[in-house]
Amino acid sequence: MNQFKNLTIERAHKGLIKKEFSAVELTRFYLDKIKKENKKYNDFISLTEDLALEQARKVDDKIARREKIKPLEGIPIAVKDNILVDGYKCTAGSKILENYIAPYDAAVIEKLKKAGAVILGKTNLDEFAMGSSTENSAFGAVKNPYDTNRVPGGSSGGSAVAVAADHCLGALGSDTGGSVRQPASFCGVVGFKPSYGMVSRCGLIAMASSLDQIGAFGKTVGDTKLIFETIQGKDELDSTTVDSSKFKIRSLKFKNLRIGIPKEYFTEGIDKEVKEKVEKAIKKFGEIGCEIKKVSLSYTDYALAVYYIIMPAEVSANLSRYDGIKYGFSSKSNNLLEHYLETRAKGFGDETRRRIMLGTYVLSAGYQEAYYKKAQRVRALIKKEFEEVFKKVEIILTPTSPTPAFKIGEKKDPLSMYLSDVFTVPASLAGLPAVSVPCGFVQGLPVGLQIIGPQFQDQLVLEVADLYEKSVNN
Amino acid sequence: MISKEQVKHIAKLARIRLNEKEVEKFKRELSSVLDYVEKLKEIDTENVEPISQVTGLENVMREDIPARDKKKERRSKLIKQAPRRKGDYFKVPRILE
Repeated sequence: MNQFKNLTIERAHKGLIKKEFSAVELTRFYLDKIKKENKKYNDFISLTEDLALEQARKVDDKIARREKIKPLEGIPIAVKDNILVDGYKCTAGSKILENYIAPYDAAVIEKLKKAGAVILGKTNLDEFAMGSSTENSAFGAVKNPYDTNRVPGGSSGGSAVAVAADHCLGALGSDTGGSVRQPASFCGVVGFKPSYGMVSRCGLIAMASSLDQIGAFGKTVGDTKLIFETIQGKDELDSTTVDSSKFKIRSLKFKNLRIGIPKEYFTEGIDKEVKEKVEKAIKKFGEIGCEIKKVSLSYTDYALAVYYIIMPAEVSANLSRYDGIKYGFSSKSNNLLEHYLETRAKGFGDETRRRIMLGTYVLSAGYQEAYYKKAQRVRALIKKEFEEVFKKVEIILTPTSPTPAFKIGEKKDPLSMYLSDVFTVPASLAGLPAVSVPCGFVQGLPVGLQIIGPQFQDQLVLEVADLYEKSVNN
Repeated sequence: MISKEQVKHIAKLARIRLNEKEVEKFKRELSSVLDYVEKLKEIDTENVEPISQVTGLENVMREDIPARDKKKERRSKLIKQAPRRKGDYFKVPRILE
């Protein structure tokens, strides 16, 4: 089975064209590997085997007819289990949706199917994408392939592991405050969160709607970019999406690319060795001719506080739909109030209940101005400050996470868990595109470099990431 | 810091039943997060307008017609998921005694 070793999407595509292997063989290789190793990592909740093989057969037929195939045709992809795939279970990692069957395809799944991608299965996640470690899943914690005593990050931990453990060639995740970038950093893969509005969320189970964005994981920047380009685009069923063809793409000349290093991301709380690795990566940009400039994002320290008001507020509204009446887990009670209390007490896990209650509190009468409105005002300041900095530089570099992967069970106190998102949340609040790319190891654990760009300059962010990847490989 | 009574009140508003032990636990955990977000008070937001989203889009309209899937099939897929139903209706527990 050596022909499948260390494949990337690009290499697999060539292999399919040259008939080194068929799409069905490729798909079966990954399905078998997942079945063998899922006990160890728990990265998949379910497989969509019939669908995968059906898709693969179609591609093989095309190849047999000597038709040209597109770059994602026959490529096995994993999908986070909060994105709907028609006819298959979609649990969002929650007991309340344990038996929920998706009645339609999410917009991104429609696009992947149209592009000929093979959907292997649904990956594990923190319940409703709420968490930074993928320990909050009703279907058990996910393990980091670099050290199975450690977390893979979260909430898209299953997708990050699926790519890192070579259970697929790429994956979809969702990122609300860092849920693609932070697990990508912990698992040594590339994870991209597009600008808010670039990818339709139709068919993504909603968490915090002003922040949620679907993102992509890959082994390389090129693979990640390919998935992003396939799933992006305006969709009239998600009215927050924008027409990206309208944006002027800034032309790239690396020689005079100005790179901003915000000093607030390199102070207290960051692991010393992580800091060294990230600084080494920054130096690399200097060596290839970029101009490195010190900048300041003075509200960085407040971003997490803003996030932990706005996000739970939106969560409490979005999750009010789980009432045990239209679908999902349902109590047996014959009294309506009893029914609600029972359904939601038993159907939701601790972190979900915590965030619903926090959100209910900050939105409740008498507290809205002090918490919610205040947070919305500071959010405006954060967005404005990024815009100011992007007048002086084209791109911002930071660590993705202050530490490498932590131990399973290590962060028992919710607040200490929340703090692991401190470097990813600011870009989420401002709706900016950001990618995490691997930049080395600390004691055998991967470290990620975060590249943040101006709003809707998604291509620029990916090109800079590509530049870094190539300069490291050379 | 929030009180046990406040936790019980929020839980009721959110339609989540808690036992006494959970009330104590969530009181502690919610308080620590609420203490943490207090730091926003340090920032002067006197003349700052709040934002609820970042794209600047406003009132995006579309024709009010059944979109994408015009088939009956999806309707039945949706209704079939109801834990309790009678024909094509959702069954809801009694509200008035």
